Amino acid sequence: MKVTTIRDNSNARNTKNNIFLGVVIFFSLLTVLPIILIVGELVVKGIGQINLSFFTEIAPDTLQAMVAKANGETIPGGIANGITGSLLIVALAAVIAIPFGIITGVYLYETPGKRYSNLIRDIADVLQGVPSIVLGLIVYLWVVKHITHSYSALAGSVSLAIMMLPLIIRSTEETLKMIPGTLKEAAVALGVPYHKIILRVLIPSSFSGLLTGILISISRILGETAPLMLTTLGNPRINWDITHPTSAVPLLIWQFYNDPNMVELIWSSSLFLMGFVLTLNIISKRISAKHSIN
Amino acid sequence: MNENITEVKNPVLSIQDLSIAYDKGGKYAVKNVSVDVKRDAITAIMGPSGCGKSTLLRAINRMHELYPNIVTEGKIMLNDEDVYGMSTIKLRRKIGMVFQRPNPFPTMSIADNVIAGYKLNGIRLKKSEKEEIVETSLRDVALWDEVRESLFKKGTFLSGGQQQRLCIARALAFKPDVILLDEPTSALDPVATARVEDLLVELKKNYTIVLVTHNMSQAARISDNAMFMYLGELVEYDKTKTMFTNPKDPRTEGYLTGKFG
Repeated sequence: MKVTTIRDNSNARNTKNNIFLGVVIFFSLLTVLPIILIVGELVVKGIGQINLSFFTEIAPDTLQAMVAKANGETIPGGIANGITGSLLIVALAAVIAIPFGIITGVYLYETPGKRYSNLIRDIADVLQGVPSIVLGLIVYLWVVKHITHSYSALAGSVSLAIMMLPLIIRSTEETLKMIPGTLKEAAVALGVPYHKIILRVLIPSSFSGLLTGILISISRILGETAPLMLTTLGNPRINWDITHPTSAVPLLIWQFYNDPNMVELIWSSSLFLMGFVLTLNIISKRISAKHSIN
Repeated sequence: MNENITEVKNPVLSIQDLSIAYDKGGKYAVKNVSVDVKRDAITAIMGPSGCGKSTLLRAINRMHELYPNIVTEGKIMLNDEDVYGMSTIKLRRKIGMVFQRPNPFPTMSIADNVIAGYKLNGIRLKKSEKEEIVETSLRDVALWDEVRESLFKKGTFLSGGQQQRLCIARALAFKPDVILLDEPTSALDPVATARVEDLLVELKKNYTIVLVTHNMSQAARISDNAMFMYLGELVEYDKTKTMFTNPKDPRTEGYLTGKFG
């Protein structure tokens, strides 16, 4: 009788497995490496500038910076005008975009397959692809030229709100789609009128999803520079008047970049902006993980 | 064809020559159904999938009107009041509904789920009224002892069977005349099913119950009267006992003996 032996090749297979695993880990490390390097570089170069006055004082002028540099001191002042400006512009943009975005999202969810809602969905998708500088130009024509008659925070907010809209619309629609239809039925069977079903059942049940969408869209626009250059211009002082030119952190970064005496401030401002955006992202991840339905 | 209909004195619901199509000129999902529903009893609607039993049930509280092109002919009288002449808000307070899958509101606590009908309709209740409605409704569905410690926790943490009883409590909170149940136990395990069935038998002392079920043995166990529907028609309507022991129509007999369905 012939005895067949089964060749034990488990060692060879294990080696192959390990090699493949090694390659996968290597390439995934390669993808996250730039992020680690960017954050590392910003921290190393920027952390020295960050102190209390960085948050409370306005940006220095070029003379102050030059003197400080000549004396070997850290550049005085901070980016308070940029931080307050960014907060003002982004808050106003959110106030404009959130109601429109959510209402449109609810409409798309409520009328699936209708020609008009498909059209709106497509337009929202196209809007997402419009280059931000083009939006800046358009808003410059609409708001700066005809409404505020000067560069203004309002104009910046409008351009950023238009950028937020498609993100909020789609995230609202997608979030509502995840709610089981049985929930709506339950409310209908209790005789609840249509508008109250939307306001008091659908939107509360999808609250965390809506909030996540809003936070993500805010973090997306926080770093926008191009449309703000054409709409809010910048302001060396802290400004809370929405009809006046206003500064913003990304605008300040651009300004520092263009001034050889203030290049050092780029790093601290970028570190701040990056930290802010990352924090928003982490918060929105936490929220969506904590409150997901089912 | 409706010569088998049992005489019902003083019916709660009287469905008169009801026909429903999902599209104008389309096929009728419910054809010329006339039925009187007995007060304080369980009436089961049986039939194979797609026979129109759910459509008929939903026509009673006008949930079928959610479909935009629906065509409804005929009449439904609730205690001699025309259902189609009433506001849906008023109607749905008088006719409660429970669905196949338990659907408590995930954002609300157990107590708020019970009084959801009041809350969502903006009806203000005094604290004492609230507590009373919550307690009696939960006692009615035998859930009170299980949840009295956790009234302010979210209803979604309950088991499937408990959630379904919570949904029944939500329907009871309005003290409705009729409770409609659309296959209420099909998503539940056998133990939870048995509890819900016991509960329905208990509830029929005070409420009229109309129950759609796929499950023939369930209909045999708990219903007093039964309808058998086939292809939109009401084939037979009789006392459950009579229908199961001595069906008059060959189609009913075929279904009950498992020849189709």
